[in-house]
Amino acid sequence: MQSSPIRDLVVGMFVLVGFGAIGYLTFQVGGISWKVPGGFTLYATFDDIGGLKERAPVSVSGVKVGQVVGVELDELMRAKVTLDLTPTLELPVDSSASIRTSGILGDQFIALEPGAEDDMLQAGEEIGFTESALSLERLIGKFVNDADLED
Amino acid sequence: MNQSTAIHALGHRSVDFVTNLGQIARFTLQIVRALLMPRYRVRRTIDAVFDSGVLSLAIICLSGITVGAVLGLQGFYNLSRFGAEGSLGAVVGISLVRELGPVLTALLFTGRAASAVAAEIASMVTTGQLDGLRMMSVDPIDFIVSPKALGMLLVLPLLNALFISFAFFGAYLVGVSYLGLDGGQFLTTLESSMTFENDIAVSLLKSFVFGVLVSIIATYRGYTSLPTAEGVSAATTGTVVVASTAILLTDYAITALWGV
Repeated sequence: MQSSPIRDLVVGMFVLVGFGAIGYLTFQVGGISWKVPGGFTLYATFDDIGGLKERAPVSVSGVKVGQVVGVELDELMRAKVTLDLTPTLELPVDSSASIRTSGILGDQFIALEPGAEDDMLQAGEEIGFTESALSLERLIGKFVNDADLED
Repeated sequence: MNQSTAIHALGHRSVDFVTNLGQIARFTLQIVRALLMPRYRVRRTIDAVFDSGVLSLAIICLSGITVGAVLGLQGFYNLSRFGAEGSLGAVVGISLVRELGPVLTALLFTGRAASAVAAEIASMVTTGQLDGLRMMSVDPIDFIVSPKALGMLLVLPLLNALFISFAFFGAYLVGVSYLGLDGGQFLTTLESSMTFENDIAVSLLKSFVFGVLVSIIATYRGYTSLPTAEGVSAATTGTVVVASTAILLTDYAITALWGV
């Protein structure tokens, strides 16, 4: 079998393109972040996050500005959510975060609503005003209880 | 009388089966040892990557686009009955990455490259080339078989990733350009529906396991073929049949074990 520089070049390009495709699947589709999480980190604590998961999008007025990178229980048994946001985002200190649902499959995301204060939230601070996920069961439970009380 | 011959045949087949398994294991060990020991056949491995990888690119990319496009059409038709066309990206992406990508790539690869390797080695057996190498005290497993096996093993995960990427492209063409879905939504649902650990890693693992299976089966079938014209054809056919079956069975086993 003869070896030629052109064949080597073609094999090299093939291997590069193949690893490029693996890289695309790993980083872009698989969502492995090769950036140091040096983005703009904020925290928000909710009573109930419903089905919110890591990598759920965070948006302001529907525009995606970041994602959920961590969900954990804090010492008061409330759900503490870590948000990784774009560093250029400037949120007033009285901004609020709420968990909403989009699409038929009920993907949950966090919607941020900017407040009106002049002071801005700094990295590592916590968003004070939060609104938990809307739970259909809880709503129905409330409705049934209220109906019982009226009788 | 008739019964005892049937039992004889069964016993004969059982012994044959176990002997074959042992020979395959020994053959595999010989390949591994040849790969680990110097000297390393880099040049011959590159040639093998060219033959089984680069020359398979056309069929892999074309099939990828076609499969992606068909999935896009079918998925769109079925999802639109529930008004869930927006999830097309997720449906197409997950089915491609987890199942269709690794399995179809391995099957196409078996037909395109593994059969060629088996036929090549088998015709070397038929024309006495391997005996010629042995006469010059060159180990044919080290010189011929192991570079080809390694080449196939290296190539399959790369082809799998390319197949999936091209299939995404095909699904995007159909879903966004033809059926008028929102491109951003398509890509967002596609990307956010998968994680590396649960989906991409399993896909790569599958194609690696399939690569091991296909390369061993193809080289073993070629190496042990009878030195006749029928031997070459039997080696080629056997490679395609056994490798395809092994791929599908192993795919089920991996999917069931990993619970994905």
